[in-house]
Amino acid sequence: MSEIKLNLKGMQCPGPIMEVFKASKKAESGDVIVATVSDRGFEKDIQAWAKKTGNEILDMDVTETEITAKIKMK
Amino acid sequence: MADKKTIIVFSGDMDKVMASLIIANGAAAMGSEVTMFFTFWGLNTLRKAKKIKVKKDFMEKMFGWMMPRGTEKMGLSKMNYLGMGAAMMKSIMKKKNVNSLPDLLESAQMMGVKMIACTMSMDVMGIREEELIDGIELAGVASYLGEADEANVNLFI
Repeated sequence: MSEIKLNLKGMQCPGPIMEVFKASKKAESGDVIVATVSDRGFEKDIQAWAKKTGNEILDMDVTETEITAKIKMK
Repeated sequence: MADKKTIIVFSGDMDKVMASLIIANGAAAMGSEVTMFFTFWGLNTLRKAKKIKVKKDFMEKMFGWMMPRGTEKMGLSKMNYLGMGAAMMKSIMKKKNVNSLPDLLESAQMMGVKMIACTMSMDVMGIREEELIDGIELAGVASYLGEADEANVNLFI
């Protein structure tokens, strides 16, 4: 199990979700992707993505300028 | 099994084509199988930016000359002002770090989005296969309907 950090600040929709998807393809089961994003839509988007792909959101940290989501790979 | 989404790209307007490509990329990232059908003005999305020498009759030449060769040359559906609007939009998109249309198109192809050019539209507008970018399938309405039957989202843009 490893942690995969993604700095996706500055990227616009659909960039962040696509990068998370690409990382998830390379990740192994149990790995945690930690994505930091500045696009405000990501907070809702990553939840929809996780639900659709069956991955689990462990934690979400939302500040005024960025969103950090921890997603555990199924 | 992955679910399917189908998108018909009828419009050749920059903003509408952009919306279709964003949805296609997003759907692929959600794990869906995506098929895009390009018909009528939408076909211009798939044209190579470079002029390709092919045999055409007069009307076909006129069509080919008046329509945009690829996403880079498209105009906005509103406030285009002879291309000034599109140029302004492109510069804003760049500043705000939004992916350009050529990038979105390439990314969609890399994500495995299936792209189909409507052969009837190609014939009507005199667009030849050689004028289209690589990796495009040619088909008709039955192929689209076959795919749409299996899809749970179907858009007409």
